[in-house]
This record gives sequence, structure tokens and C-alpha cells, in this order.
Amino acid sequence: MIKNQARLLQGNEAVVEGAIAAGLKFFAGYPITPSTEIAEQCAAKLPAAGGTFIQMEDEIASMAAVCGASLAGAKSMTATSGPGFSLKQENLGFAVKGEIPCVVVNVQRVGPSTGMPTSPAQGDVMQARWGAHGDHEIVALCPSSVEEAFSLTVEAFNIAEEYRTPVILLMDEVIGHLREKVVLPSKEELVVKEREKPSVPQGEYKPFAMKQGNIPGVPPLAAYGEGYRFHVTGLTHGEDGFPTNNPAIAEKQLKRLNEKISSNKEALVKVEEFHLDDAEIVVFAYGATARSARKAVNDARAQGIKAGMLRPVTIWPFAEDALLKVKAKSPKAVIVAEMNLGQMVLPVKRVMGDSVPVVQVNKLAGQLIEPEEILSAVKEAI
Amino acid sequence: MALPVEKYLRVAKMPHIWCPGCGHGIVLQSIVRAIHELELDTEKTVIVSGIGCSARAPGYLNFDTLHTTHGRAIAFATGIKLAKPELNVIVITGDGDAAAIGGNHLIHAARRNLDLTVICFNNNIYGMTSGQYSPLTPQGSYATTSPYGMLENPFDLCNLVMGAGGTFAARSTTHHARQLTNIIKEAISHKGFAFVDALSQCPTYFGRRNKLRTPREMMKWFEDRAVPARNWDKMSPEEREGKFPVGVLTKTQAPELTEVYGQLIEQLQQRGGE
Ligand SMILES: Cc1ncc(C[n+]2csc(CCOP(=O)(O)OP(=O)(O)O)c2C)c(N)n1
Ligand code: SF4
Ligand SMILES: [Mg+2]
Repeated sequence: MIKNQARLLQGNEAVVEGAIAAGLKFFAGYPITPSTEIAEQCAAKLPAAGGTFIQMEDEIASMAAVCGASLAGAKSMTATSGPGFSLKQENLGFAVKGEIPCVVVNVQRVGPSTGMPTSPAQGDVMQARWGAHGDHEIVALCPSSVEEAFSLTVEAFNIAEEYRTPVILLMDEVIGHLREKVVLPSKEELVVKEREKPSVPQGEYKPFAMKQGNIPGVPPLAAYGEGYRFHVTGLTHGEDGFPTNNPAIAEKQLKRLNEKISSNKEALVKVEEFHLDDAEIVVFAYGATARSARKAVNDARAQGIKAGMLRPVTIWPFAEDALLKVKAKSPKAVIVAEMNLGQMVLPVKRVMGDSVPVVQVNKLAGQLIEPEEILSAVKEAI
Repeated sequence: MALPVEKYLRVAKMPHIWCPGCGHGIVLQSIVRAIHELELDTEKTVIVSGIGCSARAPGYLNFDTLHTTHGRAIAFATGIKLAKPELNVIVITGDGDAAAIGGNHLIHAARRNLDLTVICFNNNIYGMTSGQYSPLTPQGSYATTSPYGMLENPFDLCNLVMGAGGTFAARSTTHHARQLTNIIKEAISHKGFAFVDALSQCPTYFGRRNKLRTPREMMKWFEDRAVPARNWDKMSPEEREGKFPVGVLTKTQAPELTEVYGQLIEQLQQRGGE
């Protein structure tokens, strides 16, 4: 990495730079547009960084290999797009249940099914939230620039390692393929976090302990080969990691699994607030769409309209508190712009209730939402 | 050799879930004996399984263990082995787990010649889900989903692994427990992808429907049909009818993936350091 020098990077390349800077040691993937550059860059760069790249036979295997490598102690990542993201879901759920740190990149394209492989979309927002079966929490981050593709990849690893959980980096084709000037931080400027290791003697280690660890609800994680001889299963398990049918133990464990994320929302959820202080119209947008929203807000301001933008950088958990702050100021409307038929608009409406009108700007056929389209919605709402 | 059971088994997790007369315990015993006789470092050995009755075995083994999703054990194991090549990685799988839902992972791990030992607890049936046919159910046999007899052809998993480029394939049965132990020892010692087809009886769901009511009858069925590998080659197709070879069926040497990758890392890092 060239220190602190401006570089022209593609979003997908920035993900790989960020991952390696965060300590990536294992990548398993399967080629799919528009994420393929991530696999290609990992194949080229990981071995020199002392890591291992493998192209697996499919996305199911990629997600599985990532879990295995992480349990062996390696920071691990995979990258894909819609069809592959669907295939990953079962083992993504395994990573949630086994509390296995890893990063899953989904560079969204138009779906359903094969859809429009080279065109952008934001149609997997709800799949990211609920793609794996059963009650679970998930963390998903959504970059809206190449610089953020780098910084949020580092952040994704930090959260994955600290919270013992898979983290989804939910990109879209625009950000994945966009080339922008970025200034990468130096090694000294980067904050890189490591998973907490057990401090108890080997015989006493409980990989799913209720009350251990630096972060409430997150038990330290040993690595295979360190002598702890621990068991990981997708079956509901007790503190020792072995299956149980005891409803009381199951409930405690399942609650801990969910609460380690839901009760740490304050630390996890990041938003960007752009001209929100006096905003009468608030645009809620994320990813590539937020770039158009920013321009629309600036243009509206130039015309004397008090517009602002709330951009969830963390898509999941949902930025509820930031929205409640918006609601408290009783704006005239909240405009939710997204490249789908309306997915994030649902939780926004839930928070706004009947007190603030929520307006939708949607596009679903692979075209970016343009600033003018958001601007005209702003003007209509004022 | 006396077996220090508590060193290898999580006795506190017993009794196990298997039915009386199930063959899986015999295969498990062979694995433990093989590990013991090889004096494998138990702290550097990881045992991975998928889903099924067979896949419950790692829960009873006192090692680092991973009980994964149905069919995917080999893919999880691939990640472990590539991330930490110094570990011995043993995969325990079932015939449904390895040959149906996980068939793709099996052939690709064989093709890569990754240093894994895969032991298939092959009972010709889906035990855990109560007796549906598997890709290893013999033609004509009865299962809940082949109520008129199995119509499809079964796989020969050793041939499949050999065809995919695996460098070690062997077969034995619970009737031949000593041979099974020796074969597992050889498989673990083999540098490269090693596959063991360990025929095991499921009296509960296979035997009961196929006029092999007791475990004894099922093991006799193995005894009657097994032919030592050295004799198999000399037999005519007619003589082979209804029989199968046991023993080491292929053993060759080829570059192993983690070694090759390790060399690449070394080369690139040297180049970077120049
Ligand atoms: C994705 C998925 N599909 C189906 C199942 C249900 N299931 C559990 S075990 C099993 C079959 C196991 O058979 P086999 O691998 O032969 O193991 P055995 O129980 O016979 O030892 C099936 C179909 C599952 N757990 N996951
Ligand atoms: S159902 Fe069959 S395979 Fe499963 S434990 Fe019982 S006998 Fe063994
Ligand atoms: Mg079976």
C-alpha cells in the first residue's frame, strides 16, 4: 500500500485493499458479476500478504470454507452478488449461530434470479436482513463511495471480530465499479481490531458462555489447533457448545445471540446527517442513491428549500434512533429513495407512523435514481 | 493396544444418540483406534461433519470439532485446512451427506488433492430422517421413498473419488473392523485427499425394510458380499455381481494443494522482500 497517497481505485478494489489492511488471511469465492474483481484482486494479492485465496466450486462451499477458516483463526471474507448471495444463506445462518466472525460482500445487481447482471440495484436489503432462516440479528454496512468501500470493509472486519458475527458489506454495482480518487489511511491511522481470545485454562473454556468477554454477550473465541478442543454446531447449544433441547437453556442462548447485537446498537449503528438541523424535507437514501440525494439536497438548498439527508451507513441494525430524532423535528415529509420497489421504506414508515408523511422514489430496472428525480419529489413535498 | 478411552472420547456426552446395533459406533471406534495407533497430536486434529446420524460422531470425540450443515463438511474442512495446513483434518460424513447434497464438494476436494481424510459412514440410507433412499441405496432395495424398490443406479463412491483425481480411496465395513482401522490409519497418513467408504449398518431403517432384521444379519450381508481388492481384479463381471471390493483401491502420489500454495506464498513474499 502506498502511504497516504491519492490513488484512483475501483470500489471492488478498495474492498480488497481494506480487507488486507484489516488483516484478511482467507478468501473463498465464486465468480459473479458485479463482484468478480474482488475475487480476482484477492487471488493476486493475498498470497503475498501471507493469506490464502481459493475459488470454490460454488457459493455454498465458499461460505462454508470461510466459516472453517475463521474457526481456524484466520480473518475471512467472501464476495458475491444476488444469485450467489441466495446460495450463501444457509451457511451465513450457520455463521450467525456458531458466532463465527467473517465478512460477506454482496455487490447488488438487479434481480430476482439472474436479473440484470451488470446493472445496479438495492433489492437485497431485506434479504440481507432476513435471508437466513430463524430469528437472528445481522449487521450490514452500506458504502456510498470508493473511500467508504475501503473504510467500511475495515469496519466490517472490526465488527465481525469484536462481536463474533458475520457482517455483510452491502454494496451496489455503481459503488463496486465506480472509480474515484481515494486517499488511503496509513497503517498507523488505521484502527484494526482482533477477536478476543479466551483467558481461562483450556479445560474451562466455554465457547458460548453467557457472561464473558469485553462486549456484553460476546464470548471469547479460541481457534482450532490451540488445545481448547471445543465444539461448534448449528444445533441450538448450551454454553459448552453441545446441543441441547432444554427450552430454558435454548431461550437464554438465543436471546444472548440476538441481544449481543440489538443491545449494542448505539455502538454499531452509524449514519451520516447532511443538513438535517433545519431540514423541512428529509431524504433517506443509502449507497449509490445517496450520491444523487446529496446533489438533490444541495440543489434544493440553492433554490431556498430547506432539505436534508439522513444516510444510514449501517443498514442493519436499522437506524431507528437517528430517524426518531428526525421525527421529533416534525419535518414536512421524509422521502425514501432506493433502487428497488420500496424496501427500506417499510421500517422508515414504521418509525414515522402517522405523524410524518413518507414519500417514495423508486427505480428497479437497473438505472440510477437521478438527482432531478429526487429534487422534484422534494419540491412536490414542500 | 489398550485404548485410553477418556483421552479420545467425551464420555460426559454419552450415552450417544445411536440406535442399538447401529454400525456408526464401530466406525467411530476404528477412527479412534487409528488416531491412537498413529499417535496423532490430539490438539492438532480437527474433526468436521455434516448432518446425519453419522455426523453426530464429532460431538463424542475429544478434539476440536465442527458439526456443520448438511453436505458441506468437506467445504468447511477445506477452509480449516487451507487456513492452518499444519492441522490434521478428518471429515466424517454419511452416504447422503457425501454423495447427494455434498457430492460436488467431494469431487472437487478430490480433484484439488487437498490433504483431508474423508470417512463416509455408508449405511445405504438416510438414517437421521428415518429411512429415505440415498444415492448409495442398492437397486431394488426398499426405503420410505422407494416403496416399490430403488429404481435408480447407486454410486460407487471410491470410483467417483478416483475418477475425480483423489489419490487415496479405500473401502471396508463394520464387519471388517480391524481392516477398517488399518485403512483409516493409512488414509490419515496419506499426504493428499484420502477417502474411506466405511460400510455401516442401519438396522432401524435399512435392515428392517430389507429382510435384514438384526445387526448380525446386516454384518453377515457385508461379509458375504465383500471381496478383497487383490481378488477383485481377477473376477469376471458375472462373478462381481452383487459383490464389492474391500481394501485399498487406489493409492498414488501427486502434489498436495496446501504444499503447492505454501510454496507460492513463499515465492511471492521473497520476491516482495527483494
Ligand atoms: C439442507 C438440508 N436438507 C435436508 C436436511 C434433512 N436431513 C438431515 S440428515 C439427512 C440425511 C442424512 O443421511 P446420511 O448422510 O446418509 O446420514 P445417516 O443419518 O444415514 O448417517 C437429511 C436429508 C437437512 N438437515 N438440511
Ligand atoms: S437410524 Fe440407523 S443410522 Fe441412525 S442411529 Fe439408528 S441405526 Fe444408526
Ligand atoms: Mg446414511
